Formats: sequence, C-alpha cells, structure tokens
Amino acid sequence: MTLNPSLRDAMLAAVPSLRAFAISLSGNIDRADDLVQETLLRAIANIDSFQPGTNMSAWMFTILRNLFRSEYRKRRREVEDTDGSYAESLKSHPEQNSRLEFQEFRAALAKLPPDQREALILVGASGFSYEEAAQICDCAVGTIKSRVNRARTRLADLLAIESSEDFGPDQSTRAIMAAGGRG
Amino acid sequence: MQTEVNQRKTRGRLGRDVQSKIGQQLRAMYDDVVSDGVPDRFTEMLRKLDEGKETEQDKGSNG
Repeated sequence: MTLNPSLRDAMLAAVPSLRAFAISLSGNIDRADDLVQETLLRAIANIDSFQPGTNMSAWMFTILRNLFRSEYRKRRREVEDTDGSYAESLKSHPEQNSRLEFQEFRAALAKLPPDQREALILVGASGFSYEEAAQICDCAVGTIKSRVNRARTRLADLLAIESSEDFGPDQSTRAIMAAGGRG
Repeated sequence: MQTEVNQRKTRGRLGRDVQSKIGQQLRAMYDDVVSDGVPDRFTEMLRKLDEGKETEQDKGSNG
C-alpha cells in the first residue's frame, strides 16, 4: 500500500501543531518528537480507518493523545511519584525543554492534572471546538468544559502565586495587560 | 495598579482579563512551536517510507 500523496500532505500539515501539542503534554522536545514520529507511523499503518473528508488533524491528535496516555500510564506504574515526576523532569533538564521565555508558564502547566492540561491545550491553543476536543479525549462535551474551566482557574492561581505582581515573562504581554486593565 | 487589585480579588472566581491573559500566553507558547514548521526528520521519514514501499513493490512484481 502506497500512501496517497494528498493524505501524506494532510499528515505533514498536521505535524507543526501535533508537535506543539506533544511538547505541551510531555514538557520535553525529544519525547515530543518521538511521539509525533510514532503518531505518523501509526496513522500510516491505520490509514484505512481514516474516513476521507473528516478532519485529519483531529484524527492524528487522537492517535497522539492515546499514545501519550498509554505511555503515561505505563510510567505511572513504574514510577511511584505521580504528581512530582513530570514537574521534576522540567526542573532537572531545562535544556531539553523548549523556549526559555515560556518556562514559567510551562512549569505552571506541568502542575495541572493531565486531563485538564490536554483539555485546555486542545481548546485554548489548538483551536478545536469543545465537541472536537471531546472526541479526541473520548469523553463528554460537558467534561471537557469543566476540565478547561478548572485548568484556567488553577493556572491563574499558580501564576498569581509564583509571580505576585507580573504575569508572564515577556514585556509585550504585560503591555497588553496594562492596556486591558485601563479599559 | 487596577490590574493587580483585580488579580487579587479574583483568585477564587476567574476574572475576564486573567482568563484572556492565560489564553494569550497559552497561544503564544503553542504558536512558538508551530512556527518551527515541519522538521526535516518527518519529511525524510515519510519520503523513505515511500521509497521503501516502492522498492518492495518492484521486487514483488518481478517475481
């Protein structure tokens, strides 16, 4: 079976946001790229189960999310430290983590439960609708909504605690905030 | 100044501007990675897979 060029192009087109999703989930570029590679291989192997005309990107996000989930569960069985391990890996290997300017935000994101983290990213950054996110995460739309809300509340708390005065490391964000505060 | 006060007041209930700031940061972080585009590693991988399949098919059709 040779991969249809238009399907291959659609797969490649999904790669940039798959990587962004994977890095947000795993907190590590190398692991993220391995996840994306595995996702591509699975997608190619299972291309017959892709329904033409449906959203290729959402289909691949589902594959990646499931891969990450099963890997996470495996590691959770191996490593006792469930909440701390991910946050620790961020601290101990800063050079493996992506862009330094988002480190504070990523560190806060890392403290969210995985359910909430993925829901927030899918809806708040990847641009999926609540319905699409619910499909990707295999849960009810209401569940996604409440996860996103809890994630936002927790992030606001974490970021307010970690930097009491300013929010986020970069100047332009602060400028936008200041402008917003006046309005 | 007003923003600081708002942030403290809304620790329990999420203020609109806090929420939009979280959204901005989240998207900035995400888009930063998206802007890398497709690393060569992946285009190469798909190319090799395609080539591999073609040679396998060639071998098969010769037999």
